[in-house]
Amino acid sequence: MTRLRTTVSTLVAALAVTALTACGGGGQPEAPVKNSDGSTTLDMWTFADVHAAYYEEMAERWNEANPDQEIRLEVTVYPYDDMHNKLQLAVNSGEGLPDVVDIEVNKFANFVKGENPPLVDLTEAAAPYTDDIVQARLDLYSKDWKIYGFPTHVGAFTTFYNTEALEGAGIDYTTIETWDDFKEAGTRYNEETGKEFGVASTSVMFLEPLIAAQLGGQFFDADGNVQVNSPEVVETLSTVKDMQDAGAVSTIPGGSPDSEEAFGAINDGDYAAIVYPAWYTSRFVDYMPDLAGKVAIAPAPVPDDAVVQTIGGGGTGAAVPAVSPNKDLAADWLAFAKLSPEANVAVWEVLGFDPVNMAVWEDEEVTDNPENKFNKYFQNNLFDVLREVQDGIGHFESFSDPSWPTVDDTFRTVTLNEIYENGTPVQEALDQAQADLENQLGQ
Amino acid sequence: MKQLLYSKKLAPYLFILPFLVTLAVFWVVPLGRSFVMSTQEVLYGQATFIGLGNYERLWGDRIFWQALFNSLRYMVLTLVLLVPIPLALAALVNSNIGSARIKGFFKASMFVPALTSVVVAGIVFRLIFAESDSAMMNQVVEFFGFGPVRWLRSDLTGLVALLAIALWRWAGVNMMYFLAGMQAIPTEYYEAASIDGANKFRQFIHITIPNIKPTVVYVVTISIYGGLSMFLESFMLYAGNNSPNNQGLTVVGYLYRKGIEENDLGFASAVGVVLLVVVMTLNISYLVASGTFKKEAA
Repeated sequence: MTRLRTTVSTLVAALAVTALTACGGGGQPEAPVKNSDGSTTLDMWTFADVHAAYYEEMAERWNEANPDQEIRLEVTVYPYDDMHNKLQLAVNSGEGLPDVVDIEVNKFANFVKGENPPLVDLTEAAAPYTDDIVQARLDLYSKDWKIYGFPTHVGAFTTFYNTEALEGAGIDYTTIETWDDFKEAGTRYNEETGKEFGVASTSVMFLEPLIAAQLGGQFFDADGNVQVNSPEVVETLSTVKDMQDAGAVSTIPGGSPDSEEAFGAINDGDYAAIVYPAWYTSRFVDYMPDLAGKVAIAPAPVPDDAVVQTIGGGGTGAAVPAVSPNKDLAADWLAFAKLSPEANVAVWEVLGFDPVNMAVWEDEEVTDNPENKFNKYFQNNLFDVLREVQDGIGHFESFSDPSWPTVDDTFRTVTLNEIYENGTPVQEALDQAQADLENQLGQ
Repeated sequence: MKQLLYSKKLAPYLFILPFLVTLAVFWVVPLGRSFVMSTQEVLYGQATFIGLGNYERLWGDRIFWQALFNSLRYMVLTLVLLVPIPLALAALVNSNIGSARIKGFFKASMFVPALTSVVVAGIVFRLIFAESDSAMMNQVVEFFGFGPVRWLRSDLTGLVALLAIALWRWAGVNMMYFLAGMQAIPTEYYEAASIDGANKFRQFIHITIPNIKPTVVYVVTISIYGGLSMFLESFMLYAGNNSPNNQGLTVVGYLYRKGIEENDLGFASAVGVVLLVVVMTLNISYLVASGTFKKEAA
């Protein structure tokens, strides 16, 4: 009996010790592992289904061109917030990270904070391709002259007009050049049809950076301190608010054109003019089949004395976490998959985005291909519009400020709602945002 | 070993050791780490001591006070709803009214929501309270002659939706607690009272309520904690942590936003420490006020 008791208690003690020690250890980068067929498995996280299809195609093309360095790409698609939160936790703990990850531009600054970002410096891998790439888009994902992420598209702002709806009200979209024209056409359209014209988004902030950049404004001052109640920003929000008061723009179900509820509304013809980055082409083709052949693309409106004509909006920086055991191979493949000329052709053909490699914009064989599903959907060619604004694409520096995620978040949850939904005066809402942000950012 | 197991002084500690180890590893250590982190600025692989800097920012942070107000308001209103209503339901089930089979079915169906995942429930409630006029709640208000309501767009209607989830989900659980308390009361008390001429209502006030006081204290204590730490319901109802004007933001939601979404773990730790202080202050004052710490009168 005594012996049994001793044995049991020793066992319990031993179990407890094992359980405790099992928690420790781990966290070291492992050596690269090759599969039995000589290929290397690369794990990738993304937040968009369409991106996954694109990367899988680029992995196949890489394997054809580099039979000695074959990769086996395993893409996992998570919802937007989940993926970024999961990544945030993983980089803080240094464990459970993929080899390659898509990071959305509004979240990117979170991952390059501090002096020791958890991402691989991709400058060297990018070197063979950088000459043809729009510099502003690389700057978006760079810090201290090091590139930490590769862009997917330029995202130049364009306007998508539902021409069928406009013709009913006797409006010719080609005459709309300035925001005043846009407001006037929208007011008339709204009065005649009772339907909405443009969109004032509350859950996404795109229009405001565009207009601020056109007016020569920023959301930060020269020292990088937040400055969201400057005259330019006040003028920006007032411009949109005026249009809303006149009936030219209004809020949309779902809070922004890029949401499922909004796709339905736009598809039904409830909104006739969407000012959005060029990559919105893919949303029309994928989610609004009823509008095929009825949508025309035009440049985004400008103010009377515009400093820049348009900027790039949105974006995804693909990055390689620093602890990946396959980081060198992952970086080389990623540069091929996002910056090479063939990749940029695929960005247009598969995704319908405006590629960052300018050489592609000039290649009419690619851009004017009549078999392309995007060319079939829209009345005119996206690249005709893009080439028109090509020399007027500015870089909106605020996008790459380390505090941008907080500013963007405050506007999307509070400020835009206050102004467009609750009717708070612009100056008051922006002063409030400035006070909140100064406190939150400790500035 | 034998000496240890038979020692009157040491053996009890050995027996509670598993609990103490779990408490230390999963509670005391993380708590201590949170205190330390709340005085630091934490970045990847580097933590800088900044003293009370995070607390100073917290003090002047309008959004934090708004989140705290939202959480407190939610907590108080859940107490107002989730103590009397389940108490009345439990009294009803415990009474002689109705057949035992129907009451059994009623008990079971009241408890089902607690077994449902909040994630699923949140999505269903989001659809029930959707903006479109064909959504369920808008059909209901239309029946009473009102226009469609944009439930999740304004503060008070959003709060109604959150309270509806809480009531639906927890009424059954609290009813079970009260019912268990009531069934432990000896029937002799009621017999004696009815001989003395007390009606059902007076019996409820003078026998039932005093006898289930420990249960009420327990339910209120966990409800204070549960209300203040609410996060998932709001997260699911608003399809994320960003509700219009932060009307659904709770303290834990703010902690999550700061720490996970904006990678400011030091500040988030300060939020967590303040929440702990608030919860402990409220609960301990309540327990003292309700006499829980007093020695039982012999």
